[in-house]
Amino acid sequence: MVLAVPRESGPGERRVAATPETVTKLVAMGFDVRVESGAGLGAAIADADYVKAGATIVAGSAALWTAADVVVKVQPPNAAEADQLEAGATLISFLWPAKNTDLIQRMAARQVNAIAMDQIPRITRAQKMDALSSMANISGYRAVVEAAGCYGRFFTGQMTAAGKVPAAKVLVIGAGVAGLAAIGAARSLGAIVRAFDTRAAVKDQVKSMGAEFIELSVEEDGEGGGGYAKEMSPAFIKAEMAMFAAQARDVDIIITTALIPNKPAPKLITEEMVKSMKRGSVVVDLAAENGGNCECTVPGEAVEAHGVHIVGYLDLPSRLAPTASFLYGNNIVHLLTDMGGARNFKIDETDEVVRGALILHQGALKWPPPKKDPPPVAPKTVGSPTPVAAPARAGGHGKGHGAGASPSGQSQAVAALIAAVLLTGLGLVAPGEFLSHFTVFALACVIGWQVIWNVTPALHTPLMSVTNAISGIILVGGMLQVGGPPGSLMAILGASAILLATINIVGGFMVTQRMLRMFRR
Amino acid sequence: MPESLVTVAYIVAGLLFIMSLSGLSAQATAGRGNTFGIVGMIIAAVATALSPRAGGYPLLAGAMAVGSAIGAVLAARVGMTSMPQLVAILHSFVGAAAVLVSLGGTLDPTAVHTGVDATIHQIETFVGVFVGAVTFTGSIVAFGKLQGLIGSKPLLMPARHLLNLSLLGASLFFSWQFVGSPSLGPLLWTALVAGLLGIHLVMAIGGADMPVVVSMLNSYSGWAAAAAGFMLNNDLLIITGALVGSSGAILSYIMCSAMNRSFLSVIFGGFGAEEGKVPAKVDGAPQGEVKTVTAAETAAILQEAKHVVIVPGYGMAVAQAQYPLYEVTKRLQDAGTTVRFAIHPVAGRLPGHMNVLLAEAKVPYDIVLEMDELNDDFPETDAVLVIGANDIVNPGALDDPSSPIYGMPVLEVWKAKTCIVMKRGMASGYAGVENPLFFKDNTLMLFGDAKKMVDAILGELRKGEAAA
Repeated sequence: MVLAVPRESGPGERRVAATPETVTKLVAMGFDVRVESGAGLGAAIADADYVKAGATIVAGSAALWTAADVVVKVQPPNAAEADQLEAGATLISFLWPAKNTDLIQRMAARQVNAIAMDQIPRITRAQKMDALSSMANISGYRAVVEAAGCYGRFFTGQMTAAGKVPAAKVLVIGAGVAGLAAIGAARSLGAIVRAFDTRAAVKDQVKSMGAEFIELSVEEDGEGGGGYAKEMSPAFIKAEMAMFAAQARDVDIIITTALIPNKPAPKLITEEMVKSMKRGSVVVDLAAENGGNCECTVPGEAVEAHGVHIVGYLDLPSRLAPTASFLYGNNIVHLLTDMGGARNFKIDETDEVVRGALILHQGALKWPPPKKDPPPVAPKTVGSPTPVAAPARAGGHGKGHGAGASPSGQSQAVAALIAAVLLTGLGLVAPGEFLSHFTVFALACVIGWQVIWNVTPALHTPLMSVTNAISGIILVGGMLQVGGPPGSLMAILGASAILLATINIVGGFMVTQRMLRMFRR
Repeated sequence: MPESLVTVAYIVAGLLFIMSLSGLSAQATAGRGNTFGIVGMIIAAVATALSPRAGGYPLLAGAMAVGSAIGAVLAARVGMTSMPQLVAILHSFVGAAAVLVSLGGTLDPTAVHTGVDATIHQIETFVGVFVGAVTFTGSIVAFGKLQGLIGSKPLLMPARHLLNLSLLGASLFFSWQFVGSPSLGPLLWTALVAGLLGIHLVMAIGGADMPVVVSMLNSYSGWAAAAAGFMLNNDLLIITGALVGSSGAILSYIMCSAMNRSFLSVIFGGFGAEEGKVPAKVDGAPQGEVKTVTAAETAAILQEAKHVVIVPGYGMAVAQAQYPLYEVTKRLQDAGTTVRFAIHPVAGRLPGHMNVLLAEAKVPYDIVLEMDELNDDFPETDAVLVIGANDIVNPGALDDPSSPIYGMPVLEVWKAKTCIVMKRGMASGYAGVENPLFFKDNTLMLFGDAKKMVDAILGELRKGEAAA
């Protein structure tokens, strides 16, 4: 089975769909790997490296495409390339089927199979093939590198003999894969990083990367399913914009990654905000492809507006071509492994991952795939993060506290009724003196309950020995009786009670003292 | 000292007891809390001694002197490992004292009651005797079980609920007799029957539930004191008894939640042995290969780990392994390893028992954490060292509905990269349940006495240091 790796034809594209490392794996899977001469140059890979890994070098694109059973590519093919595909051949690349309808029709006419790396479902099993994530990761990292290049100052704060340099403040908007990668990169350069996301669930992820999570007072969860955000309510957006305006005056670098699927990117950084930023500050707009999150962004270019650098490059992964090629190549290897390698190669429509990414099967349009699940998360009140990864133990645990803490309302009502009846009866027959004692008793029960509830478990043993010592107060009873007629049974009983109670009091307090002395920080 | 001054002194003592208990809720204030308790007790005793109703000073002083001496010796001699026994036996003293005081109360020639007053007084007396006797014998059985004098397995009489009910019925009968004609006879019978009830109740409870039982008895001893207070018209006794009673009840409730067990089933039922539901022993037993390690290999694993969690259980207490264990901990810490201790709420035989033992070995309490604080961290933990614990690390509690301890929250040690279980043999724990943990792929068994093994690990670590 011939697997072809063409040289990318798109302008400025330096990535390649296979590197020597991934070629080795593909060869091991049984593919006859053919690489177009010069395909790896942009990613610093010479033809000879591919040969060493077991590939054949083919000069010229026509010979490569026509002989191929499988073509792996990064960018969608141009019209000329698509026309070279043989019927029955399979193309794997980014395809963006929603945008490239002409291309899809053209390929459909040629009876080919097409699998879009950008349509791999975002499910756990498919993570190793998720090229969007691996590219987003690179974009996030590179965004920080671009920002550092434009920004004329240190990221890290330093105290030098010549003076103090403050640390740069970075605001990352959108904590998806790219945002988190940007946070990590900016943190490791030493910057102070803040991050904002409409999805409450990512707060912990943001914190784990070492950034501060900015929260709004308006509560609304922006979880829109599939790891993307949804559009927010006007009240939320107003609060959000006010926060961005305040942050813009304070921070030195803003990295925006806010994308909503199939919608133009939301405009989060207005021209006014850019004006309010310090001169020499940097905005890196990772949403430039969909129009950008900043009003001053020019997609594909780095410009200067109001003294602020606005970076709107579209090819950030390509600017880190060797790493991007390696990761993309691995995504492809994983996909092909799942599809059976060269020996059992099969486009299996029952496979959820393949089905999701499948655009054309023998020329028949398969996209968009039938919807299996209803749109995931309905709008919900915040406070509780989305239960995406509710750990299994939550069930058992909740039960443990729930069982006793809230007996059913019915039995509570019954208990209250019984208590009411008993107390009424008591009130009718009992003398006043008893009732005053009873009052004391009831109040003391409540106090005991209140006081004990917050004891740290570590102190349970000392607590028990102290309560034990205190219950030696029965001593008082004995003392009142020992004064009876000398030698009487009552006096003897009283004396015995005193003896026992004193053992308890002295023993209890002393042993508590001993234990407490051992506790140390 | 006039009666009103005595009352004021009692109020002060009552407040001091409340402050004492609230002081005990945090390490920083615990010492002060204990002092408050002592001061409160001295005020109460002195005020009572000076009250117009007191007398018989020679006898009083003699009894107190002897009692203090015995108490002091007990407190000074007891090992921290046997704290549960000490607490249990002290509870029995309170119970016995309450019985004696209540019996004495009926003999008091000065107390004259008439009408409803008399009936209430007699009921109070009866309650004092009943609760006191249950506490007394129950605590003695608990002591015997903890000390190993009595087998820890639950003793299950064929019709034990019926037996409990008939004992209760018998004592109610005697109370009716007593209320009819107040005399010592029916009261003594009540004490006897209640004593039997106390024995039977605690005999039916398995060793694993001992923490709950001990705190339950703590609660009973409080109620007994409160009943005596009603009988003697003494508010201080009532306040203190109620404080102790409710605090003990809450403590038991907390313990029960920690084991995901209903309160009533602990008090009235044998553990994991409800009638008709015998724990599946053989057929459900996890099978598989057990991998063993040596102390030297364990030391190597610990040295390589960045994050170590130590889970102590009763086995550590028995072997007194906490001292060398802290030496091991210190050495690992010096090498830059994070070492923490994970305490299950029911580890050991007394609530908070493990904390006391670790504190005894001078382990700082800020690296000793509760189950809930640590459970989420196990996936990031490189090595877990389980020392003499079994049921509290049993994965069956989470995933095997047929397990008798199903539903009890446990320390999820098997989620760590490596889990080393130190045990004397393959025997099952107190609950008598097989532990699938031992057969997991990432579990290694280190067989031997906990103390000897920890010493051996310490030796290996020292050797490593000498070489370095």
